[in-house]
Amino acid sequence: MNPKTLKYILKRLVLGVFTVWVVITLTFFIMHAVPGGPFLSEKAVSPAAQAAMEAKYGLDKPLMVQYTTYLTDVVQFRFGPSLKQRGRMVIDIITDGLSVSARLGIVAAVLALVFGVVLGSVAALRRNTILDRIIMIITTAFVSMPSFIMGSLLLVEFTINLQWFPANGATKGGLVLPIITLMLYPMSYITRLTRSSMLDVLGQDYIRTAKAKGVTGWKIIFGHALKNALIPVITYFGPMLAYIVTGSLVVEQIFAVPGIGRAFVQSIINRDYMLIMGTTIVLATLIVIMNLVSDILYKIVDPRINLE
Amino acid sequence: MDNTNIKRLSLQVNLDDFIPATDAEKEYMVTMRPSTTFFQDGVGRLRKNKVAMVSMIIILIITLMAIFVPLFWPYKYETMLGMQPGKPMDASFNNLHPMEYSTSEQAIIDEGGKVFPHLFGTDSQGRDYFIRVVYGTRISLAVGFFASIIVLVIGIIVGSISGYCGGVVDIIIMRIVDIIYSLPDMLMVILLAAVLRQRLAPAIEGTALAAIGSNIISLFVIFALLYWVGMSRLVRGQILSLREQEYVLAAQTAGAKGSRVIRKHLIPNCISVIVISTALQIPSAIFTESYLSFLGLGVNAPMPSLGSLASDALNGLASYPYRLVIPAIVISLIVLSLNLFGDGLRDAFDPKLNS
Repeated sequence: MNPKTLKYILKRLVLGVFTVWVVITLTFFIMHAVPGGPFLSEKAVSPAAQAAMEAKYGLDKPLMVQYTTYLTDVVQFRFGPSLKQRGRMVIDIITDGLSVSARLGIVAAVLALVFGVVLGSVAALRRNTILDRIIMIITTAFVSMPSFIMGSLLLVEFTINLQWFPANGATKGGLVLPIITLMLYPMSYITRLTRSSMLDVLGQDYIRTAKAKGVTGWKIIFGHALKNALIPVITYFGPMLAYIVTGSLVVEQIFAVPGIGRAFVQSIINRDYMLIMGTTIVLATLIVIMNLVSDILYKIVDPRINLE
Repeated sequence: MDNTNIKRLSLQVNLDDFIPATDAEKEYMVTMRPSTTFFQDGVGRLRKNKVAMVSMIIILIITLMAIFVPLFWPYKYETMLGMQPGKPMDASFNNLHPMEYSTSEQAIIDEGGKVFPHLFGTDSQGRDYFIRVVYGTRISLAVGFFASIIVLVIGIIVGSISGYCGGVVDIIIMRIVDIIYSLPDMLMVILLAAVLRQRLAPAIEGTALAAIGSNIISLFVIFALLYWVGMSRLVRGQILSLREQEYVLAAQTAGAKGSRVIRKHLIPNCISVIVISTALQIPSAIFTESYLSFLGLGVNAPMPSLGSLASDALNGLASYPYRLVIPAIVISLIVLSLNLFGDGLRDAFDPKLNS
């Protein structure tokens, strides 16, 4: 690894850490901008109870003191108790939800990657044929459809009309439709990305050399073209995770999957501010890390690329 | 008259200049076709792009319908047809299927009277669904359009200042842009939307802004806070390369101030890039709005948007799936045609692709 790459990685790491700090700070101050502060419940509380509550959570201290306390807590994953789910800690709700969501997200991401690369390669190899056209039309349609609409339509067709899958995401087989909903958009995007970069690579001299030496068809794709054609796909890893995280918010809501996305949406509806803060920070950190990893990976795989 | 003038008059005349032109030389002067400007060139290319033209026509039709249909349609988006003053509630208006009539309307028809049909039926509260979809389209388009304008204005101002000034100003602005760029936008949007609507609702009460609704305004605020970074990066990049051009130096030499150089010379030269990116920003704003509406953070009830219509439709999904399908189709159609049209614009007007 040359020093320039190292310097870049270091710079990105610093920016990543800084971004996470900005997220935490923003979340804290946004939540404190809520009228009445984050602990106000709808029910009228006596002034004494209110004061006791504020003292318990340190709300009577100056804002900066609260902020530093919060910062040190967050770094140690202490997000405090949930305000609406009695007796549960925010971190427990997050880890419970995350285990379900991670399974959902990882399967969707892997499937999107596999199908996207295969479809994209097929479209590039069979360029300007009917097969290519069909693949491009379908993927264009999928890219233009919001995930919540896709999810709802799948729910109508396969759960209500055909009754192939259960409507409850917590039961067996319940994750099939959410996974399909989540993977369609990234799959289509990767298909288009792979197709265009594959076409680019197939026009290169070394492919012609390989052809001249007698290599044919799929061997060219797998042996020579694919490796280079996949470089742009790496840059999509970060945005893909961001999409899957935000997509899972609505998808988990539609299919009643007990994941972190559903917890987040519920916490917004219930105004469970501790849970909102905790979930935002965890999800945001995840996205920032993933973006960081995909950018660095990109730089390492192809050192010619200047990302500045 | 002094000597110098006399001297100039006596200069030798080159007689070769007065030989009549040959036919071959004359041919050089004939204009084969009128010269085209950059804009005409682009429009010509755009016209040849069938996909872009079809998309443009679809967008035009949808936009015109969204603007004009509510003007003459006999039903209003917020009127619950079963609730007429002085009469008991008529539940037969609720949940009509497309082209069905309520009992009272059926009675009028049986007597030979005419009732305007409910093209898409009515919703669970007896509101004509067709006009709700049309109105929702109007709201979604308007939100997408104005959000993009906000992004455009802020992005151009910040980007051109950063690009033109360079130095410390540029570094500071670009670091801020970097950070906003790497924030997970959707999470921040949801967070801000959840808080802003509570903060804004009391603040704008009684003003003209209240009619638009706190949620839409918070959506605009969010776009103003988070989404300008892409545009400003783009404009900065353009200006960085343009400001080294000779005409900028000429303008500066003639005494033009920075703001004048930016307004009169630099912005007009990157206008095509700006227009293309704005055209592609509109569908993404519509996407964001529908997403927020779906989570219940979008437009205020009873105002419909395509996202909130889809979200409301989830309740009666098994019996009335078309209530979801209709806004879903409209939203996909808008986003798809705007994207394709934006792609067409880029192909036609991006000078870098012209080679």
